[in-house]
Amino acid sequence: MSISLENKISTAQNLTAALSRVGDKNNVFGFDMIGEALQFVEIEGLPTNKHEEFKYCNVDAVFRKEFKEINNSFSEINMPPVVVDAINVYIINGRFESVSGKAEGLVICDLVAAQKTHKEVVEKNLGAHAKPTSSVFVALNTAYCQKGLFVYVEKNAKIDKPVYIHYLTDPISVSVINPRTLIVCGAGSNVQIIDDYYSKGANFFSTHTSEIVVGENAQVKHYKIQNEGDNAFGVITTEVVQSSNSVYDAATFIFSGSLVRNNHHVRLFGQNIEAHLNGLIIGRHNALIDNHTYIDHAMPNCNTNELYKGIAYEKSSLVFNGKIMVRRDAQKTNAYQSSKNILMSDDASIYTKPQLEIYADDVKCSHGTSTGKVDEDALFYLKARGIGDESARKLLLQAFAQELIDKIEIPSLHDKVLELFEESLK
Amino acid sequence: MITIKNLRASVEGKEILKGIDLEIKAGEVHAIMGPNGSGKSTLSNVLAGRADYEVTEGEVTFNGKNLLELAPEDRAREGVFLAFQYPVEIPGVSNINFLKTAINETREYKGQAPMEAKDFLALVKEKQHLVELDGKLANRSVNEGFSGGEKKRNEIFQMAMLNPSFSILDETDSGLDIDALKIVASGVNKLRTKDNAFLVITHYQRLLDYIIPDFVHVLYNGKIVKSGGKELALELEEKGYDEIKKQFETV
Repeated sequence: MSISLENKISTAQNLTAALSRVGDKNNVFGFDMIGEALQFVEIEGLPTNKHEEFKYCNVDAVFRKEFKEINNSFSEINMPPVVVDAINVYIINGRFESVSGKAEGLVICDLVAAQKTHKEVVEKNLGAHAKPTSSVFVALNTAYCQKGLFVYVEKNAKIDKPVYIHYLTDPISVSVINPRTLIVCGAGSNVQIIDDYYSKGANFFSTHTSEIVVGENAQVKHYKIQNEGDNAFGVITTEVVQSSNSVYDAATFIFSGSLVRNNHHVRLFGQNIEAHLNGLIIGRHNALIDNHTYIDHAMPNCNTNELYKGIAYEKSSLVFNGKIMVRRDAQKTNAYQSSKNILMSDDASIYTKPQLEIYADDVKCSHGTSTGKVDEDALFYLKARGIGDESARKLLLQAFAQELIDKIEIPSLHDKVLELFEESLK
Repeated sequence: MITIKNLRASVEGKEILKGIDLEIKAGEVHAIMGPNGSGKSTLSNVLAGRADYEVTEGEVTFNGKNLLELAPEDRAREGVFLAFQYPVEIPGVSNINFLKTAINETREYKGQAPMEAKDFLALVKEKQHLVELDGKLANRSVNEGFSGGEKKRNEIFQMAMLNPSFSILDETDSGLDIDALKIVASGVNKLRTKDNAFLVITHYQRLLDYIIPDFVHVLYNGKIVKSGGKELALELEEKGYDEIKKQFETV
């Protein structure tokens, strides 16, 4: 493993800064974990585009150029209007700020507090699913996170209102933010989680790392709405682990951002598990939006489904890399994956790569991908009925996106996302 | 209503229409017949404004306007309708939303306010009856999973909804069994008025038993080689296109 000199310098700077913060009461991780994380950063360095997993996502160039110094000055943020009737959680500039609303069987607080009140749950899960040595960004997050978020849904609790987590970021100068989230859903529980990322102000880089534990028979719906400004850069890691008979149903909507890398990993540690990963991505301007999914079928009789659709405008690039691992014991696995894309300009790019690794012999797995322009025949058909070029394209793009937007089961959120989608086509 | 003068058009550099002259007046139904490859579909696509067809010469005047200068959507808004030979399936776009957009964009073009939702729904109900189109089909995605007959009926349903002054039926009879053909023809007949006109393009005489034309033209090798009354269609049916081919064969 090679370490460039420059890498060493920048990580060394980070190291010093972080060590001065070790023992910081707002970082939930202890000295050992932080030390391990920083050592990993030092050895590994930032991934360049020679790194297969970051082939199209040159984080190194962006990170080193823009985010060399970790500054943390932020302005007071104005909350965007809340349109969904929900339990609202606010993460301001990467730190847990407040929660409004409550429900029986639901605990929401910051991780440091949770370490005292829910010691066992936190110790068992935090850093266990998103290990600091799994990636440089998780390592950085581990070393620098402050006031992480803890959401705990007790055994058999059914939470009627969605838990709406607002990640709001508004830096005064170039900054790095390190939001950390641990969500533990007890056996038989039922909850809807919404991650809504919103930002303005100066450029920032986020290492947001989430761990989501879905207990036996639990049902979790997880919506991610990434509608940040052009100032948003980040590598977002979501590590999901599921137990038997559970359902994890995720839908990600990305409408803007300069560099968005989502690592969405789901590990199936049980039988009869169902997992869905869906995504709708609109790339504008020079955005690079890279979705890496990984589904690990470790045990038999599980069903997973992935559908990602992208629309790339201008000079944007969209990447979808979907890895499915079917281990030797995972017989009777059903795993399906599909990636469909539309190029809206000659300068836009789409990179899509399915990766199936199958070690069991009695499985059903499939993957498919398509990339093309708006269907010219359909376009002419609409125009021949008096529909103008702009409306005709909009109708076709809406038709393309509809099945994903319709996966949102909360009507007010559905309408909000539809509105954001329509806005993003302009 | 529409006057076509010396219309020449090419596809991918190959000349298909080699000088078409045709005048259609309000209240008239004209039929164009001809063997495969004679240029029938090219004529309909050129009139509707499909981009792959290049007009190299000639002019088309539609209600006093130069049709060839208009974008396809503006031709439609001016009252030109093409019933497609192969209607396109558009998954995810509902028939209703599609028609509402089409009607309202046309109204906007004419400076009219959008149609009230209840008026629109009443119109849908009335017109789908005309072609015996199942109400469920109207709510489905445009042509998706429709049978051949349903697609053609949907074309006529759209025609009824948009109420064009000049309609081109491009081989609407192809792929239809006799019952579907009767339904489609009866729909068209109900839409005939003294103020609108039709151009029926067909390979076979069969459709013309149900939609009786005022004039029949034979298109061969990119030109209209023969014109006459409805009896010309019967004559062609009897003798086939071979005689025409022999008579007008060009070397």
